[in-house]
Amino acid sequence: MTDPAAPVVEMRGISIEFPGVKALDGVDFRMFPGEVHSLMGENGAGKSTLIKALTGVYGIDGGTISLEGTHVAFGGPAQAQAAGISTVYQEVNLLPNLSVAENIMLGREPRRFGAIDWRAMRRRSAALLQGLNLDIDPGSLLGDHSLAVQQLIAIARAIDVNAKVLILDEPTSSLDSDEVAELFRVIRSLKEQGVAILFVSHFLDQVYEICDRLTVLRNGKLVGEYLVEELLRIDLVQKMIGKELTALDDLEQRARSVVVDESDAATFVHASKLGRRGGIQPADLPIAAGEVVGLAGLLGSGRTEFARLLGGIDRADTGELAILGRVTRLRTPRQAISHRIAFSSENRRDEGIVGDLTVRDNIVLALQADRGWFRPIPKKRQDELTQSYIQALNIRPANPDALVRNLSGGNQQKVLLARWLAIAPRLLILDEPTRGIDIGAKAEIQKLVFTLAENGMSVLFISAELEEVLRLSHRVVVLRDRRVVADLENDGLTVDALLALIADGSVEADDTLLAASVVASDAAPPAASAPLAPTDHAPGGRA
Amino acid sequence: MSAVLAKVVAHRLFWPVVMLLILFTINLIAFPGFFTISVRDGHLFGSLIDILRNGAPTLIIAVGMTLVIATRGIDLSVGAVAAISGAVACSIILGSPEPGSLATVAVAVSVALLISLVLGVWNGFLVAVLGIQPIIATLILMTAGRGVAMLITEGQILTVNSPPFKFLGSGFWFGVPIAVIIAAVVFGLAALITRRTALGMFIESVGINPEASRQAGVRARGLLFAVYTFCAFCAAIAGLILTANTAAADANNTGLFIELDAILAVVIGGTSLAGGRYSLLGTLVGALVIQTLVTTVYTVGIPPIATMVFKAAVVTVVCLLQSPTTAEAFSGVRRRLALRAGKGVAAS
Amino acid sequence: MTNLLDAPERPKRPSRGGGAADRGIGPGSGNRPDAAGGSRVARIGSGIRSLLTSPKYGPVIVTAVLFVAVFVIGGVRYRGFFSGQVFLNLLVDNSYLIVLAVGMTFVILTGGIDLSVGAVVALSGMIAASLLQTGWSPAVVIPLILVLTSVLGLLVGLMIHVFKVQPFIATLAAMFLARGLCYVISQNSISITDPTFVQLAIARIPLGGNLSITPSVIIAVAVVAVAVWVLHATRFGRTVYAIGGGEQSGLLMGLPVARTKVLVYVISGFCSGLAGVLFTFYTLSGYPLTAVGTELDAIAAVVIGGTLLTGGYGFVLGSVLGVLVLGVIQTIITFEGTLSSWWTKIFIGALLLVFIILQKVLTARRR
Repeated sequence: MTDPAAPVVEMRGISIEFPGVKALDGVDFRMFPGEVHSLMGENGAGKSTLIKALTGVYGIDGGTISLEGTHVAFGGPAQAQAAGISTVYQEVNLLPNLSVAENIMLGREPRRFGAIDWRAMRRRSAALLQGLNLDIDPGSLLGDHSLAVQQLIAIARAIDVNAKVLILDEPTSSLDSDEVAELFRVIRSLKEQGVAILFVSHFLDQVYEICDRLTVLRNGKLVGEYLVEELLRIDLVQKMIGKELTALDDLEQRARSVVVDESDAATFVHASKLGRRGGIQPADLPIAAGEVVGLAGLLGSGRTEFARLLGGIDRADTGELAILGRVTRLRTPRQAISHRIAFSSENRRDEGIVGDLTVRDNIVLALQADRGWFRPIPKKRQDELTQSYIQALNIRPANPDALVRNLSGGNQQKVLLARWLAIAPRLLILDEPTRGIDIGAKAEIQKLVFTLAENGMSVLFISAELEEVLRLSHRVVVLRDRRVVADLENDGLTVDALLALIADGSVEADDTLLAASVVASDAAPPAASAPLAPTDHAPGGRA
Repeated sequence: MSAVLAKVVAHRLFWPVVMLLILFTINLIAFPGFFTISVRDGHLFGSLIDILRNGAPTLIIAVGMTLVIATRGIDLSVGAVAAISGAVACSIILGSPEPGSLATVAVAVSVALLISLVLGVWNGFLVAVLGIQPIIATLILMTAGRGVAMLITEGQILTVNSPPFKFLGSGFWFGVPIAVIIAAVVFGLAALITRRTALGMFIESVGINPEASRQAGVRARGLLFAVYTFCAFCAAIAGLILTANTAAADANNTGLFIELDAILAVVIGGTSLAGGRYSLLGTLVGALVIQTLVTTVYTVGIPPIATMVFKAAVVTVVCLLQSPTTAEAFSGVRRRLALRAGKGVAAS
Repeated sequence: MTNLLDAPERPKRPSRGGGAADRGIGPGSGNRPDAAGGSRVARIGSGIRSLLTSPKYGPVIVTAVLFVAVFVIGGVRYRGFFSGQVFLNLLVDNSYLIVLAVGMTFVILTGGIDLSVGAVVALSGMIAASLLQTGWSPAVVIPLILVLTSVLGLLVGLMIHVFKVQPFIATLAAMFLARGLCYVISQNSISITDPTFVQLAIARIPLGGNLSITPSVIIAVAVVAVAVWVLHATRFGRTVYAIGGGEQSGLLMGLPVARTKVLVYVISGFCSGLAGVLFTFYTLSGYPLTAVGTELDAIAAVVIGGTLLTGGYGFVLGSVLGVLVLGVIQTIITFEGTLSSWWTKIFIGALLLVFIILQKVLTARRR
C-alpha cells in the first residue's frame, strides 16, 4: 500500500490541442487512493478530454502524468488498464452474446494447456461478483440482464485487474434511484479497499452524496480543486457556468415582458391522458396558441418521451390528442406534420440531420415529404426558401449546396429549425435545441423562440438547463419519475423552486408559487437533482 | 488552375471515367478500328455498338440496383428473377398455338413483367415490413428463384421460334439495336423519375439516415417497396432481352452472375454500398467499364473465359481506391509533401 | 426490476426474461447452487420455453427437431429409408459441404460472409487435377492446395480488415479470381487417375453391420471436432464470438480483434481448399464449373443450423445439423422419384425464409 497522503494519479500542466481548438490548457489534476473524486464542468469544459488523456486515448501536447510517483505515457486504454487504470463507460461496452463470466474475464482468462479453463473462470468471476455482493449466475448470458446489472458487471471486470484507479463516466444516467443506490454501495466498498474512483455525473445530488473531492473545469482550463463538504452547491454552479449567466441577461429582461393574453389564445393542442408504457404515465397537457411551454425534469424523467408522443414519433398506448378541438391519434411523425406539429429531436446526429445531403435538401425535406413524391417543390421555390432561412437564422456557411455534416453543431441545429419552420408549424416541439452548441447560436435560437411565439406559434421547449426553461417559457411543466408532477405559470418561478419539485415534489417555497397548480405531490426519495450540464455526447461536440 | 484540377480529381466520376478511357486506349492500340462505326444493311455496326448492346442487360439491372443500394439495400435475386421472366415468357410462347404472332409475344412479355413485379413486392415486403437485412432477404429468392424457373421450364432449355420475341434481343430500330434503346429508355426513365420528382432525394435521405428521414415524415416503407419492385422489373426486362437474344430460356444459366456484374457496375460508378448518395451516370460508366473490359479481353486475344480474373482485378482496384485507409495514406503523403514545401496545413 | 439488486434473501432471477440464467448448458453455466423453489415441472416448462426463445439455442433446437421429423417422415413413407446407411450416406455425400460450412460458420459468427467458397472448391479441384496429371505427388499437391487457398483467404481478410472493404465485395472479388483461374488452368474437365486419389475415392471404412463410411467423412468429422474445440475453448474462438457481439466492445476489452478478423477468412479459405480436395475424392475430376452456387448451400446450412447472420450466436454443430437437413431433403427427393431436383432449391429457399424469420423474431424479443 502506498502512502495514503500521496496522490495515486498526478497530472500536471496538461495541454491538448485539436486543430483550431485548445481542448485542455495547462490543467492540473490529482486523485488520492480511497477517495471518490468528481470532475465537473459544462459541455466543452474538457472533462472527456482529460479522461482520455489519462487513459491514453489521446496523446498529450504538454504536461506530465504520473501514476504512484512514476511518470507514465500510455499508448492506449489497454496499457492504462494494465497499469491499473480502468474505465467503465456510459454505454456498457460488453458483449451481450457471451456469458457474464466471459464478460468479466475475457482477455485475461485463466488457461490450462492453451485452452480456456472454464471452471477456474467461473470460480473467479463468481468470487468477484460475490465481492460486489451481486447474486448473478456467472454462466448466464449478459444480454439477459438489465442495463444496471450490466453496468455492475462492467465494474466487476474493471476491478478484476487489481485496479488502482476506476473511472466511471456517467454511470448513472440510465439507472433508476434504487439502482443508483446499489451502485453507490459498490463504490463505497471499493473506496474502502483503497481504490481511487473518478466519478463523472451531471447529477449534483449524486456528486454531493458520494464524492469527497471535486475538480472544476471550464473551457479547457482548471477552475480549481475543492473538498465537496467545503463547497456550496450554488458556488459550484457559479464556478462551472462562469460568465455565461450574464451573457444572456438582456434576453431575460425581454422574457419577462412577453405576456400571453390568455383570453385570446385558443388552445391549439390538448393532450388528455396521453401515455406510453415504460415511457410516460398518462398525463394531460393543454398548449395554447402563441404559448411557450417548458418541460423541466431530469434525463429519464419522461420529458423526451412525452414530447415524442406529442410529435407522433412514438405511438401512445393510452389517451388522445385534441388538435383545435378535433380528437386525433398520431401514429407516425408524418401525421403530426400534416397537423402542423413539428418535433425536433435532441439527438441531432442520429435523428435530425441527413449529413450527406445539402443544406437545401435538409431544409426542404419535411415540407417535401408532406407534399409527397410527385409534387416536387420547384427548384426556384427551394432556393428562395433556403436563402430566406439562411438569412433569417444566420446559417454559416451561407451556401445552400454545402453538405450539412460539414457544418458546426449550432449551424446544423439552425438548419433543423429551418426544416421545421418551413412546414409552418402550429406547434413546434424543441427537445434540447441548445445542447452542445456555442453560446452565440444558443442566444440566437432563444431569441427565435420568442419571436415565433409572438407570432402565434405554440412552442414546447425542453432543456436540461432550468435557467433556460425559466427564461423562455410562459408555463413550466415539471416531470419526475415518468410522470407530470406540476404545471405552473412562470410567474415568479425560481430555479430553486423547480429544483425542489424535480427532486421530491414537495413545494417548500410556497409563496413564490401562488399561481401554481401542483398536480401531484407524492413524496419520493430525494435521489435526484438538476442536470446542470447536459451530456457530453452531443454530436460534433468534443468536450 | 490547380484548384480546378483538384476539383476534377475529387469528382466522384473521375476514377471511373479514367478507367474507361484507359480501356478505350488499350483497345485503340490493339485494334485501330475500335472507334469506327459503320452502317451495314441500315444497321449500325462497330465495337462500340457491340459494347453497348452486350452491356445493355447489365446496365438495365444496374440502374435498378443503384436505387436499391442507395437505400442501404442490395438485391441478390436479380439473376434469378431474370431467369424466371425468361422462363415465363418462353413457356407462354411455346404453349400458344401461334408462337410467331405479335399478340402472343405481347402477352408473354406482359405476364413475365407482371410476375417480376410480384417478386419485387415480395422482396420489398421482407425488407420493408419484416425488417430483414436486404442481403439476407434477397438471398432467399436468389436460392429459390432458380428452382422456380426450373419448375416453369420443367428442367428443360425452352427454345422458341418466334420472330417478334427474337426481335427484342437482336432487332434494330432506326439502325440502333433494340436492347440499347430499351436500356436507354429504362435509364432515362429512372433518371427522370428520381431527379424530376422528390423520389431521388427521399431515396438518398433514407439511405443516409433512416430515423431522421422518418421523423421528417418520409415514408421509407413505400420507398423500399418501390425500389425493390423497380429493381425486379429491371431484372425481368434484362432477362427477356437475354432470353430473346438466344431465343432460349435456360433456367440455370440465364442471368447467372449478373447480380454481381450489376453490383460491380454500381460500385465502380462511385455509389457506396453503405447507401446514400447515388449516381445513375456513374452506374452507366461502371456498366460500360465492365462491358469494355470484357470486349478488351476479346480484342487483345486473351482467352475470353479468363475475363473473371480481370473483373476480380477491377473490383480489387476500385475497392482499394475507395477505401478510407487509402484516402488517409494519400492525405498523409500530401500533408508531408506540403510540410516539406513549408506551406503547413494550407494544402490539407 | 428495481429490487433485483437487493441482498439475496431469496433466490431471484437476476435476468430480465429469466432465460439463460436458469439453464444448465452451454459454456460457463451450470453450478448454480441455489436454484431451488417453485415446482419442478413448472421450472422445466419455463426452462424449455426460455431455451426455445433464446437466440443462442432456439434455432438449433428447431433444426434438430426438424431433422428428426424429416428423417422419421422419410422412414414412414419409404421402404429402406430408415437405415443406418442412409444416415451415413448423408455424411458421405456431404462431407465436403460440412467442411465448407465449418469455415463459413467462423466467418458468419464474426458478422461477415464468404461468397468465394464455391469457386475456391472448383479451383482447388482444378489445381489438384492439373498437377496430378503432370505427375506431381499427392503428398505435395494437397498441402500446396491448402496453403494456396489459405493465402487467398489471408488476402481477402487483409482487404476486409486493413482496407475496410465490405466482406461481401472482397469475397466477391476472390470468387471472380478463383473462377477465372479455373478457366485459365483449363476450360475442360480433367480427370484424375492418380492411384492415391482413386484409392481414397473408392475406399470404404467398414463400421460393422453392413455400415461403412469414406475417409472423407473421417476428415470432415476431425475438422468439426477441431473447430468445436477452437471456438469453445480458445481465446481466438471466444474472440470470434466477441466480434460478432460487438467489435468495438471486443477492442475495448483488449481482445485481438484485428488478428481474429483476418484469421477467420484464412480458416474459411483453408476449409474451402480442403473441401475442394474432398470433392475431388468424390468426383475424381476437376472441372471449372463445379460447385457453382455451393456458397449458397453453405450459407443456407449455417443459417438453418442456427447461426445468426449478423454474427455472435451459433455453433459449428448447428451448421453440421444444417448440412444434414439439406442432405436429408435431397435424399427424400431422390426417394420420392417423382419430385424433380429443382424442388431442392425451392425447399432450401423456403427453409431459409422460415429460419431467417425465426431469428428475427427471437432477437427482436430480446430487445
